[in-house]
Amino acid sequence: MIEFREVTKRFPDGTVAVDALSLDVEAGRITVFVGPSGCGKTTSLRMINRMVEPTAGTILVGGRDVMDGDPAQLRRGIGYVIQQAGLFPHRTVLDNVACVPLLLGWSRKRARARAGELMELVGLVPETAGRYPAQLPGGQQQRVGVARALAADPPVLLMDEPFSAVDPVVRQSLQDELLRLQSELDKTIVFVTHDIDEALKLGDRIAVFRVGGVLAQYDRPGVLLARPADDFVDGFVGRDRGYRGLGFLSADGLPLGELRTMTVGESVPERGWTLVVDADRRPLGWVDGGRNGASATAVRADGLVPGGSLYDTGADSLRGALDAALSSPSGLGVAVDGTGAVVGSVSADDVLTRLAAARADGAAA
Amino acid sequence: MVWDWIPRNRELILGLLAEHLVLSLLPVLAGLVLAVPLGWLANRSPAARAVLIPTAGVLYTIPSLVLFVVLPGILGTQILDPVNVVVALTVYTVALLVRSVADALAAVPSMVVAAATAMGFRPARRFVAVEFPLAVPVLIAGLRVAAVSNISLVSVGALIGVGGLGFLFTDGYQKDFPTEIITGIVLSMLIALLTDALLLTLGRVLTPWHRLAGSRG
Repeated sequence: MIEFREVTKRFPDGTVAVDALSLDVEAGRITVFVGPSGCGKTTSLRMINRMVEPTAGTILVGGRDVMDGDPAQLRRGIGYVIQQAGLFPHRTVLDNVACVPLLLGWSRKRARARAGELMELVGLVPETAGRYPAQLPGGQQQRVGVARALAADPPVLLMDEPFSAVDPVVRQSLQDELLRLQSELDKTIVFVTHDIDEALKLGDRIAVFRVGGVLAQYDRPGVLLARPADDFVDGFVGRDRGYRGLGFLSADGLPLGELRTMTVGESVPERGWTLVVDADRRPLGWVDGGRNGASATAVRADGLVPGGSLYDTGADSLRGALDAALSSPSGLGVAVDGTGAVVGSVSADDVLTRLAAARADGAAA
Repeated sequence: MVWDWIPRNRELILGLLAEHLVLSLLPVLAGLVLAVPLGWLANRSPAARAVLIPTAGVLYTIPSLVLFVVLPGILGTQILDPVNVVVALTVYTVALLVRSVADALAAVPSMVVAAATAMGFRPARRFVAVEFPLAVPVLIAGLRVAAVSNISLVSVGALIGVGGLGFLFTDGYQKDFPTEIITGIVLSMLIALLTDALLLTLGRVLTPWHRLAGSRG
């Protein structure tokens, strides 16, 4: 979809921002450019819509060289979300979103109708349509930025550190929202960030750049965590990469163990941990039969030991399974199905066995 | 005060008032039209800025009477031609506004300009649709200074015979007739205040977004 062929950008002062970059951006996926400042990630992004022109090499978008033809026309077909949204302060939210359709020559009425649809898509209430950007909080301004970039339904979306200026909680929700949107829209998204966690969360593929505009590694997130190409990537990916790498390994085939369960009102067994569940088999907490002479008395709902995280067998990776085991007071992780009902237990040993098997298969790729 | 002097000279006073308005406000318009492209150039090219901004500063320091007297020689006009006053005040307006325009354009956030470019605005349309509207608040502030300053400078033209209400000062002084002088002062103050208020209102109407900035709700 987007191809970089030996692309170099040298600025007039002699600095090389991007050095012989060759990579293919997959259509319909999120590709993240990540790296420290001065690594050329933003310059690379801006060469896609010709905001920056390459010194050497070729960039193809949909098979066409971006240097052929009119840059303004090219840009109208490529959505762009900038840091701090870059909204037009003198235009209402609705008119901001309607901008590119109007540039493309749509009638005002059609452009505004389309802008209304987009606002709904990104979760903006209709009352914000007539407001000016300065009247909205930062997170909502970013939503307007995304809506504006999507207004003319471009196949390609470029995002330049779009969530860097909002607080961590809002950033998380914007990231989740982007993943939800992408599952509906299947755009070819190139996303620039300096935050490796954001890259690992959003990217189908991740390009790690090092200072000087050299591509250090271009891989799926699981591979990046499991097999960093060199010390730079290893250091950049950061701490806990082994543990975080589990997040990209499927838990399919993980054996579930037996789990003793009971309901409130039943007598506590003589020894060992028992999980207390409600009528729908949802976990409430644990009782320890050997403690405080609790055995043989009836279980009360207010006397339970709180449980750890739950392992959703339908959705979670090995990381979710291991965390369930590690955070459970009994050492047995509670496995639940999509409705939240208990289906069995998972142990840390089983997760590690599964990990070893995945390594042997090379399934980490 | 000889109050009945005023109604008796109604036609003279109204004529001078109209002349005063034209002589002071026509240059504001002409100056604005000239200052926008010059300010744009100064904002775009550091070399142009290095020439234009100091030149504007120097022009503004030339005493108005000198300019009124020298211009006929440069323009080839008659010494009593009102064009001299209009041109002189246009020069002052441009001198004031070039800097305003350049600063106002420089203050447009670079993210906003980059976003406009990335969306596919060509430079001319981007200027008209994004950069210029965002420069309006600073520009209006510059226009208010220029308009009020022109209204007071026109009176100086009376010394060369073209001065709108300034005629009431010179004439009243020669006749030792304070009523005429005070009438001139009050009227020029009034039109200065009114013009200022009008520009202020115009600015508010043109930039509803500007007052709302910061009032989230």
